[in-house]
Amino acid sequence: MNPKLTRRRFIKGVIFSGAAATTGAGMYLANAQSGQGAAERLITLNINGRSRPVDVMPTETLAYTLRYKLDLTGTKIGCNRGECGACTVLIDGVANYACSVLTHNVKDKAVISIEGIKATDGTLHAVQQAFIDENSPQCGFCTPGQIMSAVALLNSNPTPTREQVRAGLSGNLCRCGAYEHYINGVLRASGQLA
Amino acid sequence: MPAHDVMPNMDLYQPVQVEDALAIADRLAERGWLVGGGQDTYGWLKDRAKSADALIDLSGIESLRGIRETANGIEIGALTTLTEVAESEIIHNSYSLLSQAAAVVASPQIRNIGTLGGNVSQDVRCWYYRRGLSCYRAGGNLCYADTPQGMNREHALFEQSRCVAAGASDTAPALVALDATMVIQNLDGTRTVSAEDFFVGPANDIESTTVLRPGDILTAVRIPNTWANATFYWEKVADRNVWDFSLVNVAAAFKVSGGTIQDSRIVAGAVQTTPRRLTNVEAAVRGQAKNAQTGESVKALAAEGARTLAHNGFKVPLLQNLVKRAISA
Repeated sequence: MNPKLTRRRFIKGVIFSGAAATTGAGMYLANAQSGQGAAERLITLNINGRSRPVDVMPTETLAYTLRYKLDLTGTKIGCNRGECGACTVLIDGVANYACSVLTHNVKDKAVISIEGIKATDGTLHAVQQAFIDENSPQCGFCTPGQIMSAVALLNSNPTPTREQVRAGLSGNLCRCGAYEHYINGVLRASGQLA
Repeated sequence: MPAHDVMPNMDLYQPVQVEDALAIADRLAERGWLVGGGQDTYGWLKDRAKSADALIDLSGIESLRGIRETANGIEIGALTTLTEVAESEIIHNSYSLLSQAAAVVASPQIRNIGTLGGNVSQDVRCWYYRRGLSCYRAGGNLCYADTPQGMNREHALFEQSRCVAAGASDTAPALVALDATMVIQNLDGTRTVSAEDFFVGPANDIESTTVLRPGDILTAVRIPNTWANATFYWEKVADRNVWDFSLVNVAAAFKVSGGTIQDSRIVAGAVQTTPRRLTNVEAAVRGQAKNAQTGESVKALAAEGARTLAHNGFKVPLLQNLVKRAISA
């Protein structure tokens, strides 16, 4: 926290942002009337197969909405700049960085986050189980993103070569350096490692 | 630099017709910011290094997506993603130079949403400029990179004019090598500009890397069949295989007959703000055998006129050897 930020200023800031939130709807209406095509703030998202109505600021990222408005905190924000992959989600089946997509861009799309890939009876996804079996994660922070990239890869290529797995997971950093274990995990999930 | 999780609040327009987008872009002019995939945009906004009153999100305009065959080549909608460009069979079959360039941009996730139009329109990579310092390109009156202490390992060798930033696009050199044409629309109509003229160096305009002006929208890229199925060479050298921007890249197309080069396009990226067509090398190899010997004999020409900065001298032999490889391959 900024050392210049005293407790009093912090509290005042919270009160102010609370006030801004309550008047947000009014501000939005003013914005919407200012021109054609301005985005509606109250939208319904399709997240993990469920309809989720949510109030979304115009420049809000999907990672922010998932974590702070829908309480889906499995999606991690690492760099928040599209440079680490911890926030990877599937948008219409395609792996994307949730930190670098506006929530307003996914209104008409199906979003799958890490919370949405296990079966309805709670059985883990094959990639999740294989990552456990291969001891793939170390600290685990990048794991949700690695899993989402692996799921996207296996959906389009069910039996990838090791090199293809390497390319498929290349947009996800692991600061522990557990890459080989993740690659083993994906190969196991694809039935290529006994 | 303070780190911000969120972007500043701005208006967001999401037109689904190109006519609406043109009207909004015209009305907002420099107060509006066009967004394709947003992969360059969001960093600028999160860092508070640039701002605008409103985002004009073009990603819902379906007519700006897709790859079409035309009477004399292909047309690629500006919002076609880099993954779609890299995986397109039409492009792969005849213009694989562009497929190869698009396939190594950034990371898989960024290619899945980043667009061809955005890749060629992205701003230069200079950390001083991107940090929001008031440099020449940002409207100030000095360059922080071209100083004895400046970190300029990634910066330009050629065409420095106050600003020494290098262009970041991998697809831009490929499009110049393919003699592509950029289709630009505004409320007054449609105009076309050759890829070579689309990119602008700091001597001509220090605040923009392209000819696009407020109100303009790059709607498509046309590739003529002039270089279809030519002998292509693409190579990108970067510190990392993923995410990273080119230190130097080379995009080349050769028409070869009986082992002899009839005609060629040899374009280097990341050595100046714009893609650099090496016309002196092209002239020197015309009529020569396409082999390593020719490559060795002309490679010095590739760096003719280079002015190195404190830390980017390695780019000279790198550029020369990439050109040699292109001719040797």
